[in-house]
Amino acid sequence: MIEIFLRSVFIDNMVFAYFLGMCSYLAVSKNVKTAFGLGLAVCFVLTVTVPVNYLIDKYLLREGALTWLSDRFAATDLSFLSLIIFIAVIAGIVQLLEMVFERYLPALNMALGIFLPLIAVNCAILGGSLFMQERNFPTVVHSLAYAIGSGIGWLLAITAFAAIRERLKYAKIPPKLQGNGIAYIITGLLGMGFMCFLGM
Amino acid sequence: MKKYLGPLSKDNPILVQTLGVCSALAVTAQLKPAVVMAFSVTVVCACSNFIISLIRNTIPPRIRIIVQLLVVSFFVIMVDLLLQSFVYDVSKMLSVFVGLIITNCIIMGRLEAFALSHKPLPSLMDGVMNGLGYGLVLVVVAFFRELLGSGTLWNHQVVPDSWYAAGYLNNGLMILPPMALILIGVIIWAKNRVTER
Repeated sequence: MIEIFLRSVFIDNMVFAYFLGMCSYLAVSKNVKTAFGLGLAVCFVLTVTVPVNYLIDKYLLREGALTWLSDRFAATDLSFLSLIIFIAVIAGIVQLLEMVFERYLPALNMALGIFLPLIAVNCAILGGSLFMQERNFPTVVHSLAYAIGSGIGWLLAITAFAAIRERLKYAKIPPKLQGNGIAYIITGLLGMGFMCFLGM
Repeated sequence: MKKYLGPLSKDNPILVQTLGVCSALAVTAQLKPAVVMAFSVTVVCACSNFIISLIRNTIPPRIRIIVQLLVVSFFVIMVDLLLQSFVYDVSKMLSVFVGLIITNCIIMGRLEAFALSHKPLPSLMDGVMNGLGYGLVLVVVAFFRELLGSGTLWNHQVVPDSWYAAGYLNNGLMILPPMALILIGVIIWAKNRVTER
């Protein structure tokens, strides 16, 4: 379990190994504080959606998953529906979380605020569910460990990147490379750094 | 006509608007999956732009995101099933990234920015051009990564054996993820040199 956790934080890091959630990663990393807020939101939503989708996948969608209802369904395979169900679950949960926060946790709502709705279309979230499906975790707790791990990995990546980007103002960069160009190259270099964890 | 050509260079979705980067980088270690991916995105983008534009006046604005997601995921499932039945090996290589077309920001971005406010045919055109602009970058990145990383193109060896005999080595780093990011950075640099003279 700890292995799954550490692996998803460092080795299979969402940003550096699979480029998931790059769009918001590049757009919301202008300063550390907002980057950290978005990172927390992603981490949180991943932790909720991945186990839920795991249960749905295991007990509704996979081939033979419906046997708990009746033996007649042993050959039913609904996995072609998984994409549409996953995205609907994610959009629904994000909407739900937003309403719960608004009502009971206004402070957290202020902090995550604008990021929550954006997250429904963040590829890191859907990617988390799809990788979970591909890896066939034995129990729901394993998938939870995976979700928390990848969330923290994402948080780590965006915070580190935002901190570097704040310092970039004082660096001398070729004028045509400024902005997006250098942002990609820095992410690449960070990714190379993270590759050192491969032997762990 | 001219306004549709923007996505190919001036308004390129990946290089200028930084949309859809997620899937763009992961599938470019070889040319073949990159071309298949570019094709799939173009089809999904064009079709969903067309459909959303057709029903744009009947969608209630509050739930438009969900409607868009459903339309897009319908086409993505179609593409996924087609890939699995006709090019199974590539479909295995792309793994989750076909599914991730759903959350590709290019598609959602075009739906929001164009299809909701334009007629069906221009929307179709816009979807095709944005898909092609995305594909163009994919193919360029994949070309260099496969050529320098494995010495092959489309799985055919192009670096002659005599070079290897003379001590030429493939750059293994090219196949690893970080190099894709650095290559895109360099392409943006080159593109800015050309367009912003």
